[in-house]
Amino acid sequence: MARLITLLESGHPDAQREGAELFPHTGRALVIGITGPPGAGKSTLVDQLIAEYRRRDLSVGVLAVDPSSPFTRGALLGDRVRLRSFVDDDHVFVRSMANRGHMGGMSLATPAAIRVLDAMGMDRVIVETVGVGQSEVEIMNAVDCTVVVEVPGMGDSIQTMKAGVMEIADQFVVNKADRDGASRIAQEIRRLLRERGVGRRDNLVVSTVASTGVGVDELVTAIETFLAAQRASGELERRRVRQLHTELERHVSQKAQHRVMAGLHSKVTEDILNALQHRTRDPESIAAALIDESLNVDANSPVGARRAGR
Amino acid sequence: MDAPIRILLTKPTHDCHDRGVRYLMRVLRDAGFEVVFTNFLVSDDVLSAALQEDVDVIGISSSAGGHMPVFEELMDGLREREMTDVLVIGGGIIADSDAVRLREMGVGEIFGPGGSPADIEAFIRQHVRRQPGVAVR
Repeated sequence: MARLITLLESGHPDAQREGAELFPHTGRALVIGITGPPGAGKSTLVDQLIAEYRRRDLSVGVLAVDPSSPFTRGALLGDRVRLRSFVDDDHVFVRSMANRGHMGGMSLATPAAIRVLDAMGMDRVIVETVGVGQSEVEIMNAVDCTVVVEVPGMGDSIQTMKAGVMEIADQFVVNKADRDGASRIAQEIRRLLRERGVGRRDNLVVSTVASTGVGVDELVTAIETFLAAQRASGELERRRVRQLHTELERHVSQKAQHRVMAGLHSKVTEDILNALQHRTRDPESIAAALIDESLNVDANSPVGARRAGR
Repeated sequence: MDAPIRILLTKPTHDCHDRGVRYLMRVLRDAGFEVVFTNFLVSDDVLSAALQEDVDVIGISSSAGGHMPVFEELMDGLREREMTDVLVIGGGIIADSDAVRLREMGVGEIFGPGGSPADIEAFIRQHVRRQPGVAVR
């Protein structure tokens, strides 16, 4: 199974077939995403979550994503330093993943890797994103419950009102709650949620001190309450279908891009480059023409005519 | 596109001499490797980490002695789990006589103080046995 993840990550031609074989055996695990800024304590919190889930006799798979270098593709995957309380426990499986240049907080292969852990029979799969800024929201398309970890000292109340990561949370955590300003940030988040009219659940914002485990029990209870309610209302399934739809569109766009790009290099002729240089044709129009050509769109066919007329 | 080489770099939890292994971590990262770093208490920790992370290489740093049983158990464990295609290397303060015995055991190479990280990188690239990106199940 560990090697299967490697295969899926590599984008090897066999990966698609393996992924297809796996798919019918997935959908049982509940998937939890942990996201937040670098240094918020995500890894330490995940270590504590594993411990709490093990106390509740549930098995846990963890995918810990860290960034790859944009220059060398190398990566330092350091989350395992903190995720090591359970190395000899067969019911815990931890895998570090480099994002391999993919922006958005995860790697391209993360959804597929989630399914591997799901098919292995893990009761819960926890995905820890790279340390994120304000706009890496892709995690919400891969998990059943998105947990956003905030820490005190990251800015004023305007920060909590901004769009992006703050909007995708199903569950908030204020970690390092023993530090100055922690209760204020928890208050800010609660007020924000009230204003948006979504703050009905009492434990929507939980304060933790991950280094000592304070609040972790309450956090797991909050996550599980949310997941149970999602399941009971049917929203869990509806959300998964939406996510799979999004993933389907992503694959279409990627595969289409690959196919079009494959023949593109030979089509960019000296003439085209000359036209660009002398500014007689612009890049976007050339791109449209090249794509039409490679998709064999006939300008006289209904589709082609519509495109040409636009 | 070839998948990056994955290496587990690890040192005993109780061994505070981490300058060398941390330096190597950065060098290998800059060389395009995916470096998984963690500490270990017993050799089984190394084995399960290597298994779950599916690494091509295991590098053990030891600067406080006690490494012989760790390597012994690790090499046995790798054989038991049919993971003999994983390259194992060592570094830190390891006596020459130990290094000889370790190589006999199947450890790829032992790198001591004063060695060049470029040599370590070159050794790994030459000796890594697993074809990155090819699934063997």
